[in-house]
Amino acid sequence: MGLELYLDLLSQPCHAVYIFAKNGIPFELRPVDLVKGQHVSKDFSQVNSLQKVPVLKEGDFILTESAAILIYLSCKYPTADHWYPSDLQTRARIHEYLGWHADCIRGTFGVPLWTQVLAPLMGAQVPEEKVARNRAAMDQALQWLEDKFLGDKAFLAGQQPVALGYALFEGRPQLAAWRGRVEAFLGAELCQEAHGPILSILEQAAKKLLPVPPPAAHATMLRRIARIP
Amino acid sequence: MGLELYLDLLSQPCRAVYIFAKKNGIPFELRPVELIRGQHLSDAFAQVNPLKKVPALRDGDFTLTESVAILLYLTRKYKVPDYWYPQDLQARALVDEYLAWQHTALRRNCLRTLWHKVMFPVFMGEPVSPQMLAATLAELDVTLQLLEDKFLQNKAFLTGPHISLADLVAITELMHPVGAGCQVFEGRPKLAAWRQRVEAAVGKDLFREAHEVILKAKDFPPADPTTKQKLMPRVLAMIQ
Repeated sequence: MGLELYLDLLSQPCHAVYIFAKNGIPFELRPVDLVKGQHVSKDFSQVNSLQKVPVLKEGDFILTESAAILIYLSCKYPTADHWYPSDLQTRARIHEYLGWHADCIRGTFGVPLWTQVLAPLMGAQVPEEKVARNRAAMDQALQWLEDKFLGDKAFLAGQQPVALGYALFEGRPQLAAWRGRVEAFLGAELCQEAHGPILSILEQAAKKLLPVPPPAAHATMLRRIARIP
Repeated sequence: MGLELYLDLLSQPCRAVYIFAKKNGIPFELRPVELIRGQHLSDAFAQVNPLKKVPALRDGDFTLTESVAILLYLTRKYKVPDYWYPQDLQARALVDEYLAWQHTALRRNCLRTLWHKVMFPVFMGEPVSPQMLAATLAELDVTLQLLEDKFLQNKAFLTGPHISLADLVAITELMHPVGAGCQVFEGRPKLAAWRQRVEAAVGKDLFREAHEVILKAKDFPPADPTTKQKLMPRVLAMIQ
């Protein structure tokens, strides 16, 4: 068995891994449907006891955390140097971005999916105050992204809740232009494919096309909702 | 001007950078930035890091923030022993995995524990409800269990038979709740044994030196109102 990637394209870190791997790295896609609660199934828990995606499996070797997976893939497979340049300082900048991203983007930008789609699906209410706080946090993070990080070839493309009613790049022409460049480089088709699920999720929710997550998944999901600051 | 490291040993990531540089004999100028006096908010420090955080590294014209980035930069530039960040792809991936996971897991919970148990009530004079504290300690407990079950398991160190950056980052994080008076190693013999191994590998004297400040966190005099006002907004944002 070659390289297997366990992904749900609803998940931010999975997008990045998917887009990167499609760059000519042969792999078997193992879809894990989060809304259907497949991540808490016995089978998947055997692959990753943390019950999260993405996961890389290569024979006996199992690796979690998208940053680790991306770095591993870029070092193991022949990929263009610009993704993870060997120059000391440039590479340091990438790690600097990844560190900041982990603290300021990952948790923050994942929240709208929970407040707008998943919590309502479970019948859980998130106070408006928290939604507002999250919006402010995203705003601040975008400002930092523009002021401090833009211009660097960070390879984690942060395509986020554009679909969830937040015109993220409105009034931020620099970021919008950057996003355009990234998408042009990666190819519109691939981006469309990777971002399909997240872009259509609001529509599906409105049309009541989303299944209610199974009881087995409720505990972890409710805990995640409770952690929204 | 050679390598400069802007650090406050009150901060978990600063301790990891400090220990790493000292242990590997990397020559540097220490530039202390006292967080409880709000020195990170000064205009002078903003010139070094506009994000106003420590640690920060300056190497000639090159400025770098984020402790993991700094540790990796030092690793590559100063050609430290391989075990810190192995050449072997899979071994290295496991270190990357821990360094990625810890941000929102151990780092966050250890930070919240320190603030909810000690820094808010004692330093800021802001009481924390018993429920809030209990919830934070419960989350810490869950994370400690994950650290044991997913990372350490039955190995000598987090990612294999040798110490790595993962262990250094983890141990410095765990000293935060220890500084807050939490006996995190009690009732966890596996973790306690791992701690001994990490301390021995780092060197007891260096370990003690790096942790002097955090172990006195309970005894910090209360902040004066001006300092408290200055620090509060960023503290609240930091521990979300």
